[in-house]
Amino acid sequence: MAEYVHATGGPLFHIGRYVMMVRKSFSKPERAAMYWKETLRQMSNIGVGSVMIIILISFFIGAVSTVQFAYNLSNSLVPMYYVGYVVKESMILELAPTISCLILAGKVGSNLSSELGTMRLTEQIDALEIMGVNTVSYLIGPKLAAAITMVPILVVISAITGIGGGMIAGDLTGYVSADDFTQGILMNFVAKNIYIMLTKAAVFGFLLTSISCYQGFYAFGSSIEIGKASTRAVVLSSVMVLIADFVLAWLLLN
Amino acid sequence: MIEVRDVCKSFGTQDVLKGISTVFEAGKNNLIIGKSGSGKTVLLKCIVGLLTPTEGQVLFDNRNYVAMNIEEKNKIRRELGMLFQGGALFDSLTVEENVRFPLDMFTNMSMSDKKDRVNEVLKRVNLPNTNSKYPSQLSGGMQKRTGIARAIVMNPKYLFCDEPNSGLDPQTSIVIDELIMEITEEYKITTITNTHDMNSVITNGDKILFLHEGKKHWEGNKISLFDSDNKELIDFIFASEFLKEARDARHTKLLNNLSK
Repeated sequence: MAEYVHATGGPLFHIGRYVMMVRKSFSKPERAAMYWKETLRQMSNIGVGSVMIIILISFFIGAVSTVQFAYNLSNSLVPMYYVGYVVKESMILELAPTISCLILAGKVGSNLSSELGTMRLTEQIDALEIMGVNTVSYLIGPKLAAAITMVPILVVISAITGIGGGMIAGDLTGYVSADDFTQGILMNFVAKNIYIMLTKAAVFGFLLTSISCYQGFYAFGSSIEIGKASTRAVVLSSVMVLIADFVLAWLLLN
Repeated sequence: MIEVRDVCKSFGTQDVLKGISTVFEAGKNNLIIGKSGSGKTVLLKCIVGLLTPTEGQVLFDNRNYVAMNIEEKNKIRRELGMLFQGGALFDSLTVEENVRFPLDMFTNMSMSDKKDRVNEVLKRVNLPNTNSKYPSQLSGGMQKRTGIARAIVMNPKYLFCDEPNSGLDPQTSIVIDELIMEITEEYKITTITNTHDMNSVITNGDKILFLHEGKKHWEGNKISLFDSDNKELIDFIFASEFLKEARDARHTKLLNNLSK
């Protein structure tokens, strides 16, 4: 079972092992109550633990977007309430899901990877296997379930905070009044964009969690390897989020 | 009883185990000894199923573990307990939750029954009033004792201990050795301990398997250990200057005392 610690291979080997890991992580749990408890713990870690950083960053992204759009529109004939519309659309379609998930790839991805890597190095995963626990299912399944649930919620919080940040910044700087900004927000509301945002969030959440878990679960060697695995987790998750962003934009907006 | 038959294990081109066969008897403390890199840990991992032997069989009471599918292996695993070198306690759980984990996962016992069982085994390993502590708040010896408590909480038929004395002071090592010995006799389990601690060998060695460069070089018990003429075993036993002097000076009385 622990043979993997000695196995190395090329990209195809890793892709195959990753796919098998994901498949096994959704296998039937030994005891649903234990898995549910672990899922709740992960929802708290991934979701609640990331709310503040998401709010902080989203607020300023919304604020900066507003100031920059307003600056670009300031000498044009385009009405200023369009700033609200553009900030809303860009937050919902791109900035909230993508930027939030890139931040989560750094925060949550490195955390998950180092947690599993440490469990591997300190033989905690071996201890679970000796007991007869399906380690992939017990350790990774709840993390994936928690991420798929919590990341969309974080992205909704990010979008609302970003738009709110834009409104406050526009009003404070005097570029666009809160009334004009609100008019822009309410203009041409497309429900499909919310669906796209939530789809992106769920897919990105799945990718960043599964890639980070893969890196940590199959880490071996010394503590230096855990650091390297965490770095790989963040870099690969971020790249895959960006690639998936393009693919989803292409598929969902066509 | 656990039997290994012609077990070989290779990693790439490196042969780590070369055709090992032996029988580990029930109700006894069976030791695997040898220098670092001799293949002790790999053999133990092959027996418990963390590694799959390249060739050979591992039989738990005549049931071939290697050939089993995952469901059959999991049934055997419910009968195993293992103490890991570093304790392998779950960092995010308290002592009580660590020990209770196998009960939570695999039994339908009520919470009060589970708590009673946990308190019973914690008392057995002399760890009272530690239920709410986290592993990081425990000393090395306490972590090992918690590991033993977790290993025996499901009443296993087979107990495996990987270097139980590593990182412990001599006095705590003796306490852990005695605990393993007592538990083996009390619960009538088959215990396999992997060690290079000579004090453990002399105290606990009901049956001793000596490995050298991946091969079985000698087997016997703590009494016959000192009568062996196996060169590698003698070099291993008399590695310390004190014991070398004892041997050279033919302090047979001292050695006889040690072997008792």
